[in-house]
Amino acid sequence: MSFVKFENVDLAYAPGGALAIEDVSLDVREGEFVAVVGPSGCGKSTLMKLISGLRMPSGGYVYVDGRQVGGPLKIVGMAFQNANLLPWRTTLDNVMLPLEIVEPYRSTLKKERRRYEAEARQLLAKVGLAGFEDKFPWELSGGMQQRASICRALIHQPRLLMLDEPFGALDAFTREELWCMLRDLWQLQPFTVILVTHDLREAVFLADTVYVMSKRPGRVLVRREIELPRPRDLDVTYTDAFAGYVHELREHIGRVRAS
Amino acid sequence: MKPNLVKAAPWLVVAGMFLLWELICVGFDVPEFLLPAPSAVWHVGVEQFAPIMMHATQTFLTTLAGFAIAVLVGLLIGMAVGSSPLLYRAMYPLLVGFNSIPKVAFVPVLVVWFGIGTVPAILTAFLISFFPVVVNVATGLATLEPELEDVLRSLGASRLDILGKVGLPRAMPYFFASLKVAITLAFVGSVIAETVASNLGIGYLMMSASSSMNMPLVFAGLIVIGVMGVVMYELFAFVEKRMTSWAHRNPNGAA
Repeated sequence: MSFVKFENVDLAYAPGGALAIEDVSLDVREGEFVAVVGPSGCGKSTLMKLISGLRMPSGGYVYVDGRQVGGPLKIVGMAFQNANLLPWRTTLDNVMLPLEIVEPYRSTLKKERRRYEAEARQLLAKVGLAGFEDKFPWELSGGMQQRASICRALIHQPRLLMLDEPFGALDAFTREELWCMLRDLWQLQPFTVILVTHDLREAVFLADTVYVMSKRPGRVLVRREIELPRPRDLDVTYTDAFAGYVHELREHIGRVRAS
Repeated sequence: MKPNLVKAAPWLVVAGMFLLWELICVGFDVPEFLLPAPSAVWHVGVEQFAPIMMHATQTFLTTLAGFAIAVLVGLLIGMAVGSSPLLYRAMYPLLVGFNSIPKVAFVPVLVVWFGIGTVPAILTAFLISFFPVVVNVATGLATLEPELEDVLRSLGASRLDILGKVGLPRAMPYFFASLKVAITLAFVGSVIAETVASNLGIGYLMMSASSSMNMPLVFAGLIVIGVMGVVMYELFAFVEKRMTSWAHRNPNGAA
């Protein structure tokens, strides 16, 4: 039973214009961790818009949870390369933002504020932001902002988390720390993840399945399952098996770029 | 020492200007009907304190009334134009064109419609000061990060939700910055209208004083307008700081 399913999906941003993605078919199980890699401009972000219902496909079908996507889904959490926290809200209030919009939280927020706040504090503590709840975003480092941004994407307990190069702007050490943070969150309470990234090591370390996409118009070239045992530790990134996966994916990307 | 100097600097400059002015008037023996010395202006100010205050109050209230309408209308148009690209394209040429008309040329029209008195002055103050509010509010709304909008829309947020949760708070620094500009422009508008079409207010006071060659009183009027403008500007600068401290953060305070 697939949770997210693409059937021969095309998307042109302008009617009759150039295709951003072409004939994409995907199958994602509930609870699966999927990474999508590819050269820049390959329509990876377009995938996210299609899945979250912000865009309708020009051709083909997109199903999430067995239903055809016809509008914003509300069971989706999103985070981007830019943390996009609101500077006039504290970290806690930033994380609480989705609860002010999504039902059933929206209508119960007034009554249950204390409970939701406790949940948000717990979530922040899980990602190592205990003690920073009442700081403003501009008082946090880049890595901390990104942690808070991922908390904001998860606070309403979405069944699907979509990440668009969330660690792209961070330094290498912070990035690896955040890989582990994401891994722990996901293992604690499994949800489906679709991670768009340029970083092959990131994709192999985190994902169950990696999709490689072609240049514009984006097509799925390769689907590769990563059979490294879980739970994965950072040490796994220095093993031959890990290097083998990265090397193989790198060759596919190299071919795409050369073509 | 240094912070004290920074604090005192504006006062020193004003004091220095008056001193220089006085010295020039006395030193070159400038006749009073051309340029009265500050001491003469002060003298008239004290002597005619009651009528000056009466006219100043009129101008002040007129300006505030026009300014209040400008803020309200500016906010509404700014919100409409800023949150809809279609309205933005449709309305901008008209707004810019309207803003380019010298408002003094419009006063006679207002007089025909509303007669001599306070109403044309209020309307002129409004017409001259609403544009910066529109532009700033619209800019604040139109520069919303598209990704943030995606995050909210994917949660099922309506346009009104996005406007209320993100758009308006984000536009607030722009809005408060525009108030500082708008209030000083509103003074310009009301005084212009008073000089042309009123028998009350600082503008009228200056017109009647200059027609009787009472230059010290004219200058007293100018100074009163200037003082009111500075006081209101500072007031709104203070409000801006209080309401949107997050936008004026100290960059060294960030981790």
